[in-house]
Amino acid sequence: MGGAVGQTEAEDTPAAPGPRPPRALGRAADAFLRRREATILVVAIALLVYFQWSRSAFLSHDNLVNISQGTAPYAIVAVGEVLLLVSGEIDLSAGMVFTLSPFLMHYFIDYYGMYPILAIVVALLAGAAIGLVNGAVTVFLRVPSFVTTLGTLFLIQGITLTTSHAYPAEIPPAAQGLASWFGHADWSELIWCLAIVAFFHIVLIRTRWGLHTVAVGGNLLGASEAGIKVARIKVGNFMVTGGLAAFAGILEAFRTSTIDPSSGGTGAMFTAVSAAVIGGTALAGGSGTVIGALFGALVLAELQNGFNLIGISANPFNIILGAAILVSMILNVHLARLRRAGRS
Amino acid sequence: MTEVLRAENLAKSFGAVTALTDINLRLEQGEVLGLIGDNGAGKSTLIKILCGFHQPDSGRVLLNGQEVTFKSVEHARALGIDTVYQDLALINELSVYHNMFLGRERVRWPLLSNRAMRRLAKEHLDDMGVNISSVDVEVAKLSGGQRQAIAVARSVYSEAKILLLDEPLAAMGAKEGALILDLVRELKERGEVSVIIIAHNYAQVLEVCDRVNLLQHGQITFDKPAGETSLRELTDLVVAEYRAARTRGAPPAT
Ligand SMILES: Nc1ncnc2c1ncn2[C@@H]1O[C@H](COP(=O)(O)OP(=O)(O)O)[C@@H](O)[C@H]1O
Ligand SMILES: [Mg+2]
Repeated sequence: MGGAVGQTEAEDTPAAPGPRPPRALGRAADAFLRRREATILVVAIALLVYFQWSRSAFLSHDNLVNISQGTAPYAIVAVGEVLLLVSGEIDLSAGMVFTLSPFLMHYFIDYYGMYPILAIVVALLAGAAIGLVNGAVTVFLRVPSFVTTLGTLFLIQGITLTTSHAYPAEIPPAAQGLASWFGHADWSELIWCLAIVAFFHIVLIRTRWGLHTVAVGGNLLGASEAGIKVARIKVGNFMVTGGLAAFAGILEAFRTSTIDPSSGGTGAMFTAVSAAVIGGTALAGGSGTVIGALFGALVLAELQNGFNLIGISANPFNIILGAAILVSMILNVHLARLRRAGRS
Repeated sequence: MTEVLRAENLAKSFGAVTALTDINLRLEQGEVLGLIGDNGAGKSTLIKILCGFHQPDSGRVLLNGQEVTFKSVEHARALGIDTVYQDLALINELSVYHNMFLGRERVRWPLLSNRAMRRLAKEHLDDMGVNISSVDVEVAKLSGGQRQAIAVARSVYSEAKILLLDEPLAAMGAKEGALILDLVRELKERGEVSVIIIAHNYAQVLEVCDRVNLLQHGQITFDKPAGETSLRELTDLVVAEYRAARTRGAPPAT
């Protein structure tokens, strides 16, 4: 893998002298194409050009806002899934945390009289706590995370539906003042999303936590022999995912001005995992890219939005999505091998 | 001579499998101790107890005469014990230099000091005479011998006082093997580091070790200075065990 995770990239020194004579432009192109994010970025731009060409409304202000809002919440959840996938785990319950967290905010404010901002923080902590449970069951009780989080998926859904009686709730009036900050203003979701992506991109490629996340997913036994606290890394990444999913759910509630038990859910989770996978993160662990996941989410949002504009119904969307996942995984597997074989 | 490490009555089982029954072993300052024994004898298990990876079921470990309980690999490492594991504990997806600093990264908080790690890794490998095109390549791309050299370099440059080397020569060609053996000899000359080395090539063991221990049936059954034993004796010991097991009708101890 062309150092997608970045750990093998020489980011703070000039590129190592290659075996071939240096040709600056060729080398820059080469370096770009070796990045796993490159393919998906090219696809995102191609889609943009295509949809703009067929419907000029695609790049209008309003529609760009739409696309950004179709990208941001799923990209935020995808960031967490990337960290988990890189460390060799997955969280299927993230979409249900997404659904539950704005309800928690609502309960805390309306039933417990909490300050709105505090209620948001506590809802995020609750998301992280769910991540802690997912992580602890997976790591200490040795239940595969696929199964653990399948269980908590239904459990959390049950809690949401029971406590809300499956009815939507309104954003608490006391919290209205925060709405534009947390998702309601046009670009608010996107700004949060970009900040989160940038932050966790750095975490993954430039910090000890990120390095250990790769190590744990790449070689679990070897990582623990090397003295890495593998349990802490895995549980921590589950907690990050829970917290991010909770945050995305709150943003989405503020954006739509309603707390809806049918928002989020497995659809959001699968969109996020798809974004991660299309963006170049392998399910096998040990490699992945946060920025790729953002582009993956963007591609999915573009497709959904563009199909809408063109007037294709939502039904064939899944055909495209399915094909996109398959193609990107096939490319992933084989491009990685080609890159590996091709260079040094 | 002062004793730096001592194991007393160590036992370790994995479920139904008893790996070690009663291990008594000592390591002296500046000494190179060769540990030999059949596959499955429990050598790696013993090493993994001495480096804090496994906790023994019973028995105790003394470091510089003081009883210690290693809580973790990190703990043992902080006390000056470093290990080259038989499986090398390298991460294929990471670069050579990140592997060389795995678990003890140089950090300028909150970021990794990649530049410093890259430079040091290169220096150490050059210093050791290891041939690698670049410290930026993923270890997945390296040969078995190169990977082993990196794992050894990682421990040797950790400034540990006690080095535990679990079959550091296994995947090595003659030249790379000589490189590691030279390195061990160099460490011995400096006398600051004490080494336990596991190897199957008894000639190499005799060449580099001060003393040889044989691990059989979960115990140390043989302990002699290298000068007082021979290739012949060591070979006979192991083959005799094999023959004895065969005539008993049981498979050789595994
Ligand atoms: N983590 C483990 N779980 C279960 N059994 C183990 C484990 N590690 C070692 N063993 C068993 O303990 C015995 C000794 O293994 P080991 O210490 O690796 O031997 P050696 O290094 O001398 O070849 C073997 O029977 C092996 O299968
Ligand atoms: Mg072994």
